[in-house]
Amino acid sequence: MQVLPTQVWVGDLREEGKLNIAVLSGKGGTGKTTLSTNLCVVAGANYIDCDVEEPNGFIFLNPSQIKSREVKVDYPVVDSGKCTLCGACAQVCQFNALVKTKREIVLFEKLCHSCHACSIVCQPEVITFGKRVVGIIEEGKYGNLTCKRGILNVGEPMAVPVIKELLEDLPEGTNLIDCAPGTSCNIVSALRYANGAILVTEPSSLGLHDLKMAVQLVRNFNLPFGVIINKYEVGEDRIQKYCQQENIKILEVIPYSREAAEVYSSGKMITELPEYKEKFEKIAEGLREVFPWN
Amino acid sequence: MKIAVSSTGKNLSSMTDVRFGRCNYFVIYDTEGQQVKAIENKGQMSGAGAGIAAANQIIDEDVDVVITGNMGPNAFRLVKNSDINIYRSGVVEVEKAIQLFKDGKLDELTDAGPAHAGMGGGFKGGR
Repeated sequence: MQVLPTQVWVGDLREEGKLNIAVLSGKGGTGKTTLSTNLCVVAGANYIDCDVEEPNGFIFLNPSQIKSREVKVDYPVVDSGKCTLCGACAQVCQFNALVKTKREIVLFEKLCHSCHACSIVCQPEVITFGKRVVGIIEEGKYGNLTCKRGILNVGEPMAVPVIKELLEDLPEGTNLIDCAPGTSCNIVSALRYANGAILVTEPSSLGLHDLKMAVQLVRNFNLPFGVIINKYEVGEDRIQKYCQQENIKILEVIPYSREAAEVYSSGKMITELPEYKEKFEKIAEGLREVFPWN
Repeated sequence: MKIAVSSTGKNLSSMTDVRFGRCNYFVIYDTEGQQVKAIENKGQMSGAGAGIAAANQIIDEDVDVVITGNMGPNAFRLVKNSDINIYRSGVVEVEKAIQLFKDGKLDELTDAGPAHAGMGGGFKGGR
């Protein structure tokens, strides 16, 4: 039987000469990708796009020499000629992926988590495993920085296998992991490979609400982290108040501006604007204090 | 003949539920002994594959007929695969739905309804 990937511990990663910093937010649209891509360039970190349902960092970095490979997952194949229709496989399946009907065992492959429990309980031992493609991983270069991303195939409900495979072999050095929004298992999976986290938020009530959930999550993982307030407008200070109460370090406050939005929407890096470049240089400096940067 | 009706409650006087996968109970009526029993639908607790879990239970109960409002593509495939006939009913008392079926006044469901959101929209079938 295939050995399933186990959790990678922080200590192991450090020994391998890697520092992985997850960029997450809780709320969507706060600027995770904007921050990750610009910060990678300024700080000389590798860019890893872990938002596999809609990766968009490559639009900004436009890496060259892209190599691509497929991500495959296991699914059970029942030899219906030898199956006794005992139904043990369907009973043990926690995800309703296998169902016993009067004529055969029916598989819903998209519900299968590749846990192999069905083959363990199958008495006549008629279950084998096939592989199917659920997404791809791409790797390219932006200058001397490595850029990687996972892409989940359209219609696939489970992103975790792609995320795991993407993060299994990260390049040496510092990696910024651009996570999906929210606090679901997609983000949890990414945090398992992180040594630290940057929480990007915006000064809205929703931004604060979802930031609180993200804070809870990174605290569960016991990761060092700091907050960046993006799209800040004068007078909207609820994030600052919360961070003060919770004793959370604010790494930087990035102001909202129409100019930055225009640069972003044309697919360019906002570090092209001197005012923002300065901000990102300060963030890179600040990170060295929060995380043991090389 | 055993008839399963998707229902909001546990007895013949309960109202039917037009949802198959996410109904609270299945009221199962045996025409031979005129026995009634209710089983809790495990599908309603399912994160994903509610219809599949519900169909699984129905198949295990060895029923001949299901009366419900709509059935999604996954459940439909399983139930049909087990030679169970499906009939459509609006919201009425379970007893009334069974009577309408006996009188031949319910239409047979010959197509699955649309797949539901949250299933990723990528499931085969639907309309």
